[in-house]
Amino acid sequence: MNWMAIGVTCKLATLTSLTLLIIGLPIAYWLTYSKWRWKFLIESIVALPLVLPPTVLGFYILIAIGPHSPIGRFYTDLVGHPLPFSFQGLLLASILYSLPFAVQPFAAAFEQVDRKLIEASWTLGLSKLKTFFKLILPLSTAGLITGVVLSFAHTLGEFGVVLMVGGNIEGVTRTVSIEIYDDVQALNYIGAAKTSALLLVVSYAVLLLVYAMNRRVWSVWPQK
Amino acid sequence: MATEIALNIRKTFVGCTTIAVQLRLPLDPPSVTILFGPSGSGKTTILRCLAGLEQPEEGTISCNSQIWFDAATHVHVPPQARGLGYMAQDYALFPNHTVEGNIAYGLSGISVQEKKVRVSEVLSLLQIKELAQQKPTQLSGGQQQRVALARAIARRPQLLLLDEPLSALDAPTRIKLCEDLRMLLTRLAIPSVVVTHDWTEALALGDQMAVIDNGRVLQTGKPQEVFSQPINADVARVVGIETVIQGRVREIRDELATVQVGPVPVIAVASPGLESDVFVCIRAEDVTLELAGSSETSARNHLRGTVQTVTSLGALVRVTIDCGFLLTALVTRSAHSELRLAIGSDVRAAFKAGSVHLIPRR
Repeated sequence: MNWMAIGVTCKLATLTSLTLLIIGLPIAYWLTYSKWRWKFLIESIVALPLVLPPTVLGFYILIAIGPHSPIGRFYTDLVGHPLPFSFQGLLLASILYSLPFAVQPFAAAFEQVDRKLIEASWTLGLSKLKTFFKLILPLSTAGLITGVVLSFAHTLGEFGVVLMVGGNIEGVTRTVSIEIYDDVQALNYIGAAKTSALLLVVSYAVLLLVYAMNRRVWSVWPQK
Repeated sequence: MATEIALNIRKTFVGCTTIAVQLRLPLDPPSVTILFGPSGSGKTTILRCLAGLEQPEEGTISCNSQIWFDAATHVHVPPQARGLGYMAQDYALFPNHTVEGNIAYGLSGISVQEKKVRVSEVLSLLQIKELAQQKPTQLSGGQQQRVALARAIARRPQLLLLDEPLSALDAPTRIKLCEDLRMLLTRLAIPSVVVTHDWTEALALGDQMAVIDNGRVLQTGKPQEVFSQPINADVARVVGIETVIQGRVREIRDELATVQVGPVPVIAVASPGLESDVFVCIRAEDVTLELAGSSETSARNHLRGTVQTVTSLGALVRVTIDCGFLLTALVTRSAHSELRLAIGSDVRAAFKAGSVHLIPRR
């Protein structure tokens, strides 16, 4: 087994799920509590990675961060090397690709918090921000763990986006799923089988954790 | 400067009642105002507007000289800044905190030591010290109500808003806690607004009340006055009880209380822990009229009197009789003609001891 690929994959999945925990919370909060009438536009954008082929998403990300785009040029000027085919580029792509897997469980959990409790907190003098940290977050822990675990598991297994944005650079962007593909191409079925089994076991364990905690299938969007 | 809450608001719900209300709630001396009305009358919405949880479309709300809400200038003081104690109908206790945690939840800006003192103060005030470490799910309805009250008053609010504080409880608990709430409100001396649809609560708790129906204030005044002198048929229909008079319990024997009402004694079923000062309440439909000198019935109360007014209400006729106090009776039109009831005619009013409600007086 290629331990370097496993290392890259674990690092990528960990950083992706932690980043999603940080940026997913405000997005989920906004999606849950905003009364903006065009909110569904943003909801749909967040959910896009669920239905879009990873190659399509990867292609657009590649174009967006490539040397011909303002973002790509800005990043190259700032850091000294381009985003595509680097670990940072891969991380950015993974975050976008796994966004719904974090945001949707977060939003579903926030939705479950009784509005009356939130109002009680306000009348007791707690600001919206304090209410979020002292009441909404503690009551949403199951949803938070679900979101983090799902985005971690989802990143472990991504292939199309990695190939488009990360390429296949040993020790930098080569993840286990690409490793498996390479092994099969090289007719190294033993190696592919080992890596596949590892991925299968880890993914199953992760999902067991989530399902045991929630005792229900996670839905695509929180039920209103 | 007026120490009062002035409210003049208008709020429309699509497909529902439009609420258009003008109210003045005096704050000094601290008193209890009842918002009374049937469900769907808009009384809870008015309370939520006062709390800042709901925004009217038009109008103003001010507390003393502070403007809480003004639609014209887009002023909306959030609930956090209004210094309120608000208790929702189902208490809304935080399930992730203990009783103690719930009470301490809103206490900020004071030392840990002082926080502890405050929490233990309200715990003992509401006699729930032994519940301090319990989680809300472990509590009975009555205990939850006490915790919610404790939490609402722990911050020493300038105004206490209670939404149907007793309606989530079963009947025996409700009677007991109504009495406790009455004593607590008197002791706290915090201006309070209590929403209720129960006339016994309104009489027991209120210093003044506003009758609300269809999003409008129909009548304001002292609860006893409003109940016994509804200004129109709408109010009479909403309040549903016509005779409310002050009385003094003279003696209690065999669970029957003899209450002195003016010059006449009235027999009523005594509830446990009855005090001497009570409101005697009799619904008009529970009063039967008979001609003077007719035979014995099972009713404990037979009062001779003279007819004061006769008002036709379609199939029914409302008759008020002076029998030492003013008693209202509701009889059918046929009974009215059979008895030949006219102003000044002599009549006997009968009602059972069980139809007399005694409510402790504030």
